[in-house]
Amino acid sequence: MNGKGPEDARAPAVPPPLEWKFSQVFGERAAGEEVQEVDIISAIEFDKSGDHLATGDRGGRVVLFERTDVRDHGCRRDLESLDYPISRHPEFRYKTEFQSHEPEFDYLKSLEIEEKINKIRWCQMANGALFLLSTNDKTIKFWKVQEKKVKRISKMNLDPSQAAANGSIASSSTASPRVCLPNGGCSYNYMSNDFSFPPGGFPSLRLPAVASQETSLVARCRRIYAHAHDYHINSISNNSDGETFISADDLRINLWNLEISNQSFNIVDVKPANMEDLTEVITSAEFHPNRCNTLAYSSSKGSIRLIDLRQSALCDNHSQLFEEAPGSRSFFTEIIASISDIKFGQDGRHILSRDYMTLKLWDINMDSGPVATFQVHEYLRPQLCDLYESDSIFDKFECCLSGDGLRVATGSYSNLFRVFGCVAGSTEAATLEASKNPMRRQGQNPARPARSLSSLTRVVRRGAETSGIDANGNSYDFTTKLLHLAWHPTENSIACAAANSLYMYYA
Amino acid sequence: MAMIDEPLYPIAILIDELKNEDIQLRLNSIRRLSTIARALGEERTRKELIPFLSENNDDDDEVLLAMAEELGVFIPYVGGVEYAHVLLPPLETLCTVEETCVRDKAVESLCRIGAQMKENDLVDSFVPLVKRLAAGEWFTARVSSCGLFHIAYASAPDHLKAELRSIYGQLCQDDMPMVRRAAATNLGKFAATVESNHLKIEIMSIFEDLTQDDQDSVRLLAVEGCAALGKLLEPQDCVAHILPVIVNFSQDKSWRVRYMVANQLYELCEAVGPEPTRADLVPAYVRLLRDNEAEVRIAAAGKVTKFCRILSPQLAIQHILPCVKELSSDSSQHVRSALASVIMGMAPVLGKDATIEQLLPIFLSLLKDEFPDVRLNIISKLDQVNQVIGIDLLSQSLLPAIVELAEDRHWRVRLAIIEYIPLLASQLGVGFFDDKLGALCMQWLEDKVFSIRDAAANNLKRLAEEFGPEWAMQHIIPQVLDKINNPHYLYRMTILHAVSLLAPVMGADITCQKLLPVVIASSKDRVPNIKFNVAKVLQSLVPTLGQSVVEGTIRPCLVELSEDPDVDVRYFASQALQACDQVMMPS
Repeated sequence: MNGKGPEDARAPAVPPPLEWKFSQVFGERAAGEEVQEVDIISAIEFDKSGDHLATGDRGGRVVLFERTDVRDHGCRRDLESLDYPISRHPEFRYKTEFQSHEPEFDYLKSLEIEEKINKIRWCQMANGALFLLSTNDKTIKFWKVQEKKVKRISKMNLDPSQAAANGSIASSSTASPRVCLPNGGCSYNYMSNDFSFPPGGFPSLRLPAVASQETSLVARCRRIYAHAHDYHINSISNNSDGETFISADDLRINLWNLEISNQSFNIVDVKPANMEDLTEVITSAEFHPNRCNTLAYSSSKGSIRLIDLRQSALCDNHSQLFEEAPGSRSFFTEIIASISDIKFGQDGRHILSRDYMTLKLWDINMDSGPVATFQVHEYLRPQLCDLYESDSIFDKFECCLSGDGLRVATGSYSNLFRVFGCVAGSTEAATLEASKNPMRRQGQNPARPARSLSSLTRVVRRGAETSGIDANGNSYDFTTKLLHLAWHPTENSIACAAANSLYMYYA
Repeated sequence: MAMIDEPLYPIAILIDELKNEDIQLRLNSIRRLSTIARALGEERTRKELIPFLSENNDDDDEVLLAMAEELGVFIPYVGGVEYAHVLLPPLETLCTVEETCVRDKAVESLCRIGAQMKENDLVDSFVPLVKRLAAGEWFTARVSSCGLFHIAYASAPDHLKAELRSIYGQLCQDDMPMVRRAAATNLGKFAATVESNHLKIEIMSIFEDLTQDDQDSVRLLAVEGCAALGKLLEPQDCVAHILPVIVNFSQDKSWRVRYMVANQLYELCEAVGPEPTRADLVPAYVRLLRDNEAEVRIAAAGKVTKFCRILSPQLAIQHILPCVKELSSDSSQHVRSALASVIMGMAPVLGKDATIEQLLPIFLSLLKDEFPDVRLNIISKLDQVNQVIGIDLLSQSLLPAIVELAEDRHWRVRLAIIEYIPLLASQLGVGFFDDKLGALCMQWLEDKVFSIRDAAANNLKRLAEEFGPEWAMQHIIPQVLDKINNPHYLYRMTILHAVSLLAPVMGADITCQKLLPVVIASSKDRVPNIKFNVAKVLQSLVPTLGQSVVEGTIRPCLVELSEDPDVDVRYFASQALQACDQVMMPS
């Protein structure tokens, strides 16, 4: 099986290209409105069921959305099996938001720690409560979001005003045994020692009655996993075993148990003994979706390493290495080879990676090279020098796969994102703009498939799209970049972030 | 508002605070739940308080945890065992919360209540509860159910037993790894209540499924089940069903599974009997001792003595000892350290000749290990070897190692060795101690690090306890008292501290004749810190010494100090004077 070429291993049927339509936008900017830095979205993640969506922003906030088109959770399975009409695409509504991280200052290292949310990962739902992990550069937090009843206590033994007074007195000195009675009576201790209880109890005492069934959403931080990273955390990822997760920074990957926040195990350490020998850093890491002992991490040199946690406690030796020798070398070769994001497909067989210019799909059974390469914005190649000078060349674009594994997507500049069909033989390559009219750009860009699997060579493609100026004479805008996007796990629906706005599309 | 009699106010507040906004107050009320129940009486506790608690289940985890704990001992407050079933509903809801510690506590309380309930009550209310939890929508309920089967099963009628077994089987194949882990963890407990004919068939097939789970974390826990199940089965069944599994596990691809096997293997030897042990388990264990992964070798090395105790000496010498030799020069210091912590126990197992011939060279190489933990681990278990090979042989090789550790650069290492000195002294005897270690003990009193000086003073006290006041009078007291003239006040302070520790051990006479004069003399010290420490020491001496000494010597000295120009000295002197007064008063 492994020996077969990628073409043979895949289903021969090529699905028809998707018609992308605008679905929703949250936080749309009015014309001329300036974007606040703190509002810029920095992380997007669907939960496993696709019923919830979370975004994190530079201001340390996490915003949750919930799906509205499948209202009743009880009969969701029935609805899904009914195969309801195509017109019912996923629609979301704002659910709640909370402040996940605050700016901090590390006094020991004289370092400011930004509140910006780097990654969000959903955890297993339980008892109707949502659980998620969010991280900034240094600290990971475990959140529980739950409907809580708003309690109103109606019947009390004592006058509420008195009781309230007691409460406030008591809470100001909670540690001491409290002599807290309005008429200077006695303390609990005194009472319980020489008080005799009649066998039937005291009929005059009553329990407080709780009224009001209103509910409100409450987010509570359950655990804080801190002080385990010397460098900036770039990824967190849950294990399929439901009890562990990893966090990766530039040089190390740590393994945590969700229930234990005061210790983690270092499983990968690429820090050289002498920092001057440093040639490569970890850029992204993810657990295999169903094999609990496998994880992948990508590097700034463009390689992806697969690790088998069973082999050893310290996984400094990879079990598989995926990399592609660069064709022609230039000053920028190494910089643009750096992988900014990797994602496993839901089948667990494929890994999608994004470097600066391309999207690559790898089969974990084939380490000789990617099974498909997609050029994301080849027309920028002549402008690498400008991009380098403006530091845009270091932008970290994310990538995502559709739930069925038939398509992949990633972002670009000018708020564009691209969707490619990755079934062998597919020529699907859509360019969409994160706006209410996503297809606006479609006609202007050469809608030519840019696939390495085809017979086209690099040289030909390099010459093809040279201009940074589109047909209207607008230059590409390097400041509006679409870095973050996520594909719904079960349907053809994409959520993407353009600055502070969250756009959703369906097909 | 109801009018409450004045004496009932405190309890009324306690009840009201069940719903207070302040979590501390709610916690306080929950912790006093038994008081509330007594005040309400048994009937209202059953009809009002318990339902009230059942509804009050979205509180903070700390409150829920306390509630789960309280309800476990609540049977007396609801009217005795025949009403125990009313406690089940609130605990059932607590079994479904997401916080693991709350669930665990609720399961523990349910087990405690279930163990007291009458058989028909168990069938009527406990078994249905277990079934409900096992069929719960969320994994949390199903996880909790796994820990309750062993209580429910024993009293259930046959048809229910069959159902419970099949439900447990389903839990072991649950979609959620968390549930399968809980099922694997509790399998041993459940299996212990299952009849042996079902054990052999149904439980063993459940067990086999778990051993092939694709989640490493589940297989790990199945390893633990091996030993538990092995003890329940007849030896021949154990050999037929468990042995192949454990041999397989010992070669599992995952080092964590092999690590668990290394930890558990010796327990299984007893269950399978000597012949299979020799044929299968010894080779498996030898493989683990030579495992590629250091963590596995650490676990295996740590069990080397326990394993050898089960084997015959010649098997141990033939198969295990060569591995031990290799491990003593393992590349991982943690492996050597684990080995060092248990290897001394092998001496009695192997006998004198083998110990001298084979083990002693290993001890010596570990004693010279560059890693202090390894050396310390050897030294802490010396008594076991001492009994086998005798003190002379030991002391020749031991002493240089101890001296080296005693002067180690790292104060924590020095601290660790000081803490072993009393143990060593008792193991090696007074003769050995006098010659070699006495000087060291004195040297530590003048260490640069406070913790070491402090530990050194404590050490002297423990030595005095070990060898008695007469020995101390000769070997400790003069040397200690000499040092009171040290030019540095910090060292003088250490001596004062040592004196206050030694005094109770030495008794009134020696204290009065030898120690007290030195302390009194120090009250004229030029450093205030010494003076107020004198006051403290004098205070501590009061209980040891008789009234006449206190009045004749201590009090005048303290009175003098209480007029000192330094405020701290005056303060501690007056404290000590008060202590004097208090001691004198009753007599």
